[in-house]
Amino acid sequence: MPMRFLLLFSRQGKLRLQKWFTPLTDREKKKVIRDVMALVLARPPRSCNFLHWRDIKVVYKRYASLYFCTGLEDQDNELLTLEVLHRYVELLDKYFGNVCELDIIFNFEKAYYILDEFLMGGEVLETSKVAVSVSMENADTLQETMEEYMNRPAF
Amino acid sequence: MPAPIRLRELIRTIRTARTQAEEREMIQKECAAIRSSFREEDNTYRCRNVAKLLYMHMLGYPAHFGQLECLKLIASQKFTDKRIGYLGAMLLLDERQDVHLLMTNCIKNDLNHSTQYVQGLALCTLGCMGSSEMCRDLAGEVEKLLKTSNSYLRKKVTLCAVHVIRKVPELMEMFLPATKNLLSEKNHGECELVPQLVRILKNLIMSGYSPEHDVSGISDPFLQVRILRLLRILGKSDDDSSEAMNDILAQVATNTETSKNVGNAILYETVLTIMDIKSESGLRVLAINILGRFLLNNDKNIRYVALTSLLKTVQTDHNAVQRHRSTIVDCLKDLDVSIKRRAMELSFALVNGNNIRGMMKELLYFLDSCDPEFKADCASGVFLAAEKYAPSKRWHIDTIMRVLTTAGSYVRDDSVPNLIQLITNSVEMHAYTVQRLYKALLDDISQQPLVQVASWCIGEYGDLLVSGQCEEEEPIQVTEDEVLDVLEGLLVSNLSAAVTRGYSLTAIMKLSTRFSGVNRIKKVVSIYGSSIDVELQQRAVEYNALFKKYDHMRPALLERMPIMEKSASNGPTEIVQTNGETEPSVVDSKHPPPVSQPANQVGALLHLFLNLDLHDTFGMRSNSFDLFFRANPNPNVAVITIHASNSTEADMTDFVFQAAVPKVSRPNPAQIIKCLCFEVLIHGFGVFCVGLQCDFLFSLRMRIKLTYTLKGSPVQDLAEVNNFPPQSWQ
Repeated sequence: MPMRFLLLFSRQGKLRLQKWFTPLTDREKKKVIRDVMALVLARPPRSCNFLHWRDIKVVYKRYASLYFCTGLEDQDNELLTLEVLHRYVELLDKYFGNVCELDIIFNFEKAYYILDEFLMGGEVLETSKVAVSVSMENADTLQETMEEYMNRPAF
Repeated sequence: MPAPIRLRELIRTIRTARTQAEEREMIQKECAAIRSSFREEDNTYRCRNVAKLLYMHMLGYPAHFGQLECLKLIASQKFTDKRIGYLGAMLLLDERQDVHLLMTNCIKNDLNHSTQYVQGLALCTLGCMGSSEMCRDLAGEVEKLLKTSNSYLRKKVTLCAVHVIRKVPELMEMFLPATKNLLSEKNHGECELVPQLVRILKNLIMSGYSPEHDVSGISDPFLQVRILRLLRILGKSDDDSSEAMNDILAQVATNTETSKNVGNAILYETVLTIMDIKSESGLRVLAINILGRFLLNNDKNIRYVALTSLLKTVQTDHNAVQRHRSTIVDCLKDLDVSIKRRAMELSFALVNGNNIRGMMKELLYFLDSCDPEFKADCASGVFLAAEKYAPSKRWHIDTIMRVLTTAGSYVRDDSVPNLIQLITNSVEMHAYTVQRLYKALLDDISQQPLVQVASWCIGEYGDLLVSGQCEEEEPIQVTEDEVLDVLEGLLVSNLSAAVTRGYSLTAIMKLSTRFSGVNRIKKVVSIYGSSIDVELQQRAVEYNALFKKYDHMRPALLERMPIMEKSASNGPTEIVQTNGETEPSVVDSKHPPPVSQPANQVGALLHLFLNLDLHDTFGMRSNSFDLFFRANPNPNVAVITIHASNSTEADMTDFVFQAAVPKVSRPNPAQIIKCLCFEVLIHGFGVFCVGLQCDFLFSLRMRIKLTYTLKGSPVQDLAEVNNFPPQSWQ
C-alpha cells in the first residue's frame, strides 16, 4: 500500500518538495521528476486526476498554483490517495494559516516536518489532524527554546 | 569571517535572479562560502549552511559535499541541529551509499533518547530510508520500543517496524508477539495485523466517534480503508475468513454515504476487497453494480476508477459486466483521454457473437472521431473482433473496408497479409470486394495499407472487375485500360511507399493473364527493369524474363491464389534454384540464404495446398510436407507447378528442393529442362515450377527429395510421384 513518492511543483515546473519512499539514485530521481512533471503539466484543465506512467499510477491534484503529485502501485486506492493529498493540504493550511506557495518556498523544512508527522514510509501515520498540530507545536517549541537560549535565530 | 547569510535571506536573493545563468552564479558563490565554512568546522552555523544546501539541492544543484555535515548535525545535542540533520540525511543520502551506514550508531542512540521528538526523528528516518543492513542492526531497538506506553511513539514505531519487515522479511517473527498487543488498543494509528478487524470496522461505521478523525462526516476513512485492505489480504485464499467478512462487507457497501469522494473511496476499496477474496456470487454482483453506479457518477475520477476495475473483472464476471455495456459504450464519447482509452479496452473485451453488430457500429464511430493515438489500437481491435464474431462474410468485408477507408494509415503493417488472406478465403465475395476496393482507390491513394490490399486484390481479381460480375451491388463499368491507369498511377505517385509500389507492379503483372491487352503491361514491366529502386528493378527484370523466355509458364505462375489455410504469421523463405545436369536429371536447388525467422514467429512455413482445378492436379504428402502438383501441358514442355507447405508446427529452414526423373531409354528420354522457384508468396507458400520435356508422362516416375532443417536437425524427405494423370497429357 505504500506510496512511491510525493512531489510538489509549481505550474512553471519548479520543484517545491520531494519525498521519496523507495531507494532511487539521483539520476533516476531526476528522470522521474522530469517525466512526471511533463505529463502532469500537459494535462488539460478538467481531466481525470489519474494517469498511468510506466508501471505506476500517478495521482495529482492542483491546489492554487501548486501541483501535489504522488506515485502509487497498481494495487492502491486512487480515490483515497486524493483524500490523503487533501489532508496534507489541510495540515499545511492549519499550520501556516491560509497557506500559499510562498509559505512552502520559504519554510520548506517545516513542510517536510509536517509531512513526516503525517506519513511514514509511504503510509498514513496519523489520521488525527489535532495530533499532528500538537506534535508540530511541541517540536517547534523545543527548537525555539534553544534559539532563545542562544539568543539568535538558528537559521 | 562574517556570519553566513541566513536561509530566508538566501532564498530571497536567489528568487530575484532573472536568468538561469544569474541564479547559477549566485548559487556557486554561496556554495563556495558554505564549503569554506564547512572546512572551518564551525558548529554554530553548520545547521544554517546545511539548510541552505538543502534548498539549493531542491533547485537541482549538486549537494553531495554536505552529506558528512548532515551526519555531524545528527550527532549534535541540539534539537534544531538534529532536525535539519535528519532532514538532510533523508534528502541527500540514500541506501545505496556506504556513508549512510555511519548514521546507524547515531540513530541507535537517538532511539533511546529522553525526548520523544528526537526518538520520533530517528524512527522517521529509519522508517523512510533505512537500508536492510541498518534495519537488521536496529531491529532489536525497534522491537523494544514497540512496548512503550507512549502513544505518540508507538504509532511511529509500528510503521517503522513495517518498513523493517519489508526490507528484511526474515525478521517478521521477532515482531509478531508485539503486534498482538497492539490489537486491543483504542488509539487509531496502530491497528495493523488484526483478527478483530471486523468488530473494529463495525464500531467505526456505527458510532459517531472522534471528530478529529472525521472527514466529511465519515469517521476515519483512512483507518476504514486500511482495515478493508487487511481483510482483503487475509481473505484472499482463505474460504473461512472470506465467509466471516461477507456481512460486514455488504454492510459497508450499502451504508456508506456516497455524496463525497471519501465515501466513494471507501466503497471502491470495498469493491476491490470483494473481488479479491473468495466471496459469494451475490456479493460479487453487488460489487459490480456499485461499479456500474460509479460509471454514472459526474466525477471523472470515479468513472475512471470504475472502468479500470471493470476491466480487471471482465474475464471472471463477464455476464455481470455485460449488463453495464451500454453505459460503458457511452463512455467512449467522454471528453477525457484516460477514460476513453479504458472504455475502448473494456468495449473490446465485451464484444461477443450476440452484440457484435451493435458494438461494432459504436466502435467504428469511435474510430472515426477519436484521436490518432487510439486509432492503431482501435483498428487492430476491430479486425480481431470482426474475425472472431463476424455474422456474415459481407458484413466482414464491409467492416474491413470501413476501417481501411477511415483509419487506413493507422492500420498496422501486419494486418495487410491477414486481410489479404481473409479476402482470398471469402470466395463468393471476390467481385464485390475488388469493386469496393477499386472505388476506394479512385478516391484516395494516400493510405498505404488500403492501397496495398487494393492493389493485391485488383491484381488477383481484375478480370471480375472488368467483366462487371458483382452480385452484391451495382456493378461498375470499368475498362482494362482504366484499371491499368490506376495501378500505374500508384507506381509513379509520390504518396506510395516502396512496398506499395512492389504490390502494384506485381498486380500489373498478374493482370497479364487476366486481361486481354498484354502489350501495355509488357511495356510497363520493361520500363521498370531500369528503375532505381532495387526491389522494383528485380521484380521487373524477373517479370520481363517471364515474358521473354518462360512465357509458357506464365499462366501457371500467375494463376488465381487458392484458399489459404490460416497459419501463424511467418516470413518468406527465399529459395533460389539453378538448372542441373540432364543425367540423372537431377535438378538441384541452391541453398537458400538462411532467412532467420524472427523469434516470435511460430510454426508453419511453407504451406502446400491442393489446387482443386479440374483433373490435372494431384497431390501427395511426405512426412512433414504437403506437395501438390499441377501439370500444365504444353506442346513441347510440360510444366509442373509445385506448391509446397510445411505441415508441422515448427519452422523449417535451409530448404532444398530436388527433382529427378529416371533416364529411361526411349526415343525421347525424359529431361528436366528447368526448375524454377519463385519468391514465396504471402504466408510462406513455395511455388516451384519444373519444366519437363517428355511425352510419356503418364507412366513417369519423378523422385522428389526435400532437405531442410527442422527444429535444429537436418531432415531429408524422399517422395516419388508416379500418378501423373493420363488425360492431361493428350
